[in-house]
Amino acid sequence: MTHLDGNAVAGDLAAIFTGDLSGAVATCAGCGVTGPVATVMVYEGMGEVLRCPDCDTVLLRLMRVAGETRLDMRGVSLLRWQSAA
Amino acid sequence: MAVTDWREATVARIRPETPRAATMTLEVPDWHGHRAGQHVDVRLTAEDGYRAQRRYSIASAPEGGAPQITVVEVDGGEVSPWMVSVAREEDRFEVRGPFGGWFVWEPAMLGEVLMIGGGSGLVPLMSMLRAGAPARLLVSARERDDVLYLDELEKRELDVTFTYTRRAPLGWTGYDRRVDYSMLREWAGTPGPRVYVCGPTAFVESVANDLVSLGHEAANIRTERFG
Repeated sequence: MTHLDGNAVAGDLAAIFTGDLSGAVATCAGCGVTGPVATVMVYEGMGEVLRCPDCDTVLLRLMRVAGETRLDMRGVSLLRWQSAA
Repeated sequence: MAVTDWREATVARIRPETPRAATMTLEVPDWHGHRAGQHVDVRLTAEDGYRAQRRYSIASAPEGGAPQITVVEVDGGEVSPWMVSVAREEDRFEVRGPFGGWFVWEPAMLGEVLMIGGGSGLVPLMSMLRAGAPARLLVSARERDDVLYLDELEKRELDVTFTYTRRAPLGWTGYDRRVDYSMLREWAGTPGPRVYVCGPTAFVESVANDLVSLGHEAANIRTERFG
């Protein structure tokens, strides 16, 4: 199955963070590239896997198992977004 | 109720768009409108508890009260054939959203934008057009029967260019191939405007790469891939 992009996980991430992260800027811990979450590659299977569009590093894994949410963000070294003052 | 909460939506109206696509108007409790370009998450639960979750772009303009989604049947798909061919008015399923803060157009954005849609990638672009986005539009479809909103696109007197990748109408003198570098060089003009690109993943990546090769800044290219 082909990949989607970060727009596809806007709902799942909004349910975890306090708002929509599509326009939030992520820094890849693998190669240091920065870009909007909307532009990362998203693979769906057992949960969702977000990968860096430049170097393929796994940025984030999101899975729900037995009523528990598991979020692994080791590939995101920085995430920044506009928040209310 | 938060946008991230699942709500039970009722299908208020179904309108066929093409032989393989239909638009559903949804009554969603506690719906507070959307931004042009956003989508909703849809969740269907079978009697045995099996769940399938999908995303559908909103086609209607933001002011339009009950949101409309347009679903194109995917060959061998699990959910879309049900949505297009089986669903009836008064059916219910779960919806949450709207979502998306990046692939959106706002009236405050000044200036003409370019829009490039492949197949059902036209859906979020249609919401932007209905919201009044001043745009030039490039539509890639397999054949004329597959073009969503064709009557409305023609009535709106938009600057719209079609390319047919499988079968062009008789006597067609326009483009009849996949969107490529030379087509974009002719059509897109001088880099500068924001460009919205939506469609299948391979289509979006090839178009976005060609745009960058033509000198469009990556930051001006807004993409949405649907697989």
